[in-house]
Amino acid sequence: MSQIADFIGKNARQSVLAVIAKARENESYHALLSLTEERALERADAVDRGEITGRLAGVPFVIKDNFLAYGAPTTAASKMLESFNAPLQATAVEKLELEGAICIGKANLDAFAHGGSTENSAFGPTKNAYDDTRVAGGSSGGSAVVTALDIVPFALGSDTGGSIRQPASFNGVVGVKPTYGAVSRYGVVAMASSTDTIGTFASNVADAEIVMSIISGKDNKDMTTLPDFFEPIDEPVDSKKIGLIKDFMTDDVDPEVRAAVLGYVEKLRQAGHIVEEISLPIVEYTLAMYYIIVPAEISSNLARYDGIRYGRRAADVTTLAELYGRSRDEGFVTENKRRIMIGSYVLSSGFFDAYYLKAQKARTLLINDLRKLFDTYDVLVGPVAPTPAFKLGENSNDPIKMYLADIMTVPASLAGIPAISVPAGTTKSGLPIGVQLMAWRRHDADILALARSVEDDA
Amino acid sequence: MFSFINWGIIGNMTQISREDVQHLAQLSSLQLADDEIYGLQADIGNILGYVDQLAELNTDGVEPTYQVTDLDNVWRDDVIDDYGIDRDELLALASESQNNQIKVPKVL
Repeated sequence: MSQIADFIGKNARQSVLAVIAKARENESYHALLSLTEERALERADAVDRGEITGRLAGVPFVIKDNFLAYGAPTTAASKMLESFNAPLQATAVEKLELEGAICIGKANLDAFAHGGSTENSAFGPTKNAYDDTRVAGGSSGGSAVVTALDIVPFALGSDTGGSIRQPASFNGVVGVKPTYGAVSRYGVVAMASSTDTIGTFASNVADAEIVMSIISGKDNKDMTTLPDFFEPIDEPVDSKKIGLIKDFMTDDVDPEVRAAVLGYVEKLRQAGHIVEEISLPIVEYTLAMYYIIVPAEISSNLARYDGIRYGRRAADVTTLAELYGRSRDEGFVTENKRRIMIGSYVLSSGFFDAYYLKAQKARTLLINDLRKLFDTYDVLVGPVAPTPAFKLGENSNDPIKMYLADIMTVPASLAGIPAISVPAGTTKSGLPIGVQLMAWRRHDADILALARSVEDDA
Repeated sequence: MFSFINWGIIGNMTQISREDVQHLAQLSSLQLADDEIYGLQADIGNILGYVDQLAELNTDGVEPTYQVTDLDNVWRDDVIDDYGIDRDELLALASESQNNQIKVPKVL
């Protein structure tokens, strides 16, 4: 597969032209919403002239289209922002550009990152890289697929409840959701502010580590960023104590997914690590917490789309109320409306204590239980999702079935801990399966080093 | 052992009326079409029925978690930073503006 190293020291214009040609050849997957060809070529020429240098000079990448960037609209895969040309760039994009990387396009997602399949994109779904009758996963489906199709060596995504890890699993690539606050969210369309994180897809762990080491760090434009802590680990990995989450290995989980996880566990044991089954019974309730807290934060964050300052404004309206109501009706997909309205419900007077406050207390219990486990275990391991990629359309009429695909990824999101998805084989029919590794906050580098130490050669 | 796959199928439904949906839409500044209200009524009822299971969990005396950074009051110097964006760029994003003001329909 395509790696960062393949692009270092090469003619950047030729690299960019080849990558854009490959993106066009693969248009049928609908992984990209736009190409930033003109700006990419200008930057490539500057690299070739030696005016732009850095660790990633001339390396092409893709960003999820909820990252604000120059060169193409930032649509968040919505009609609301269909023609929104951002006057600024996300900090993560700026940091990559400062190292010479070249953004070549913007990837499809579920509108406003609400979803787990990329079927909620206002511009049509992305198809799975391994089976075009199946979903890409989501919400960062496009970023996962451009990485899996070998178009670019890495692509940025956002992960609020699994939106990097689950599509990484469905497309057989590495996906990193860092510790909450590790990467600045400045210039990324906000969804649920208490769990939104920025991370990356890559074809191998070492490349993901390079990208994370560049985009991580404190940013005065995002007051929730933590002091710098991420540093990839060079030393050999010592013996780890690892907990296998048995609550995620029940008969409800696809047998091939369980087999893949057990295969990975065996590999960890052979590498000298101790793996024991652990129980985390509160995960039964984490999806309920998530689908209270996240819609509440969404209803608040998406209130900014009023049709006035930017974004879609409905035509032929006479009153202000009509302007708000019609612009939002036209600009949001049904899943956006569903989440906004659930959020309005759980935050409304009379229901606040029973839903939102209750969920935030339950979240404390989850965090306490995880903290206790991490007193004994360095790492937790389990599946990323209960199944491999499902069929396009299979879950799209049943929001709860769609939400259930997030059940294994939301615990790390609610707790703010780092979690990654790494490839762990395929089903008999050839669909990729990922395994999830989690650690306590700020131990991102530990799980990446562990994954790298047992990674199969590409 | 819990059986999460079944939750979606046997999930309880919380009764949400058409008027409730219209009220939520109004709170959310959404002017919905009639056919969309019908679908959302069923979906919201099902989702609330699903999340209602949290009531089983004993949270007596537990403090809520509102953020997970452990950061406390992050200050910055009180100096103006325009983040490199000027007024004209921002006004250009609005569909209508006049005399450096964004134009909206009559409020009252």
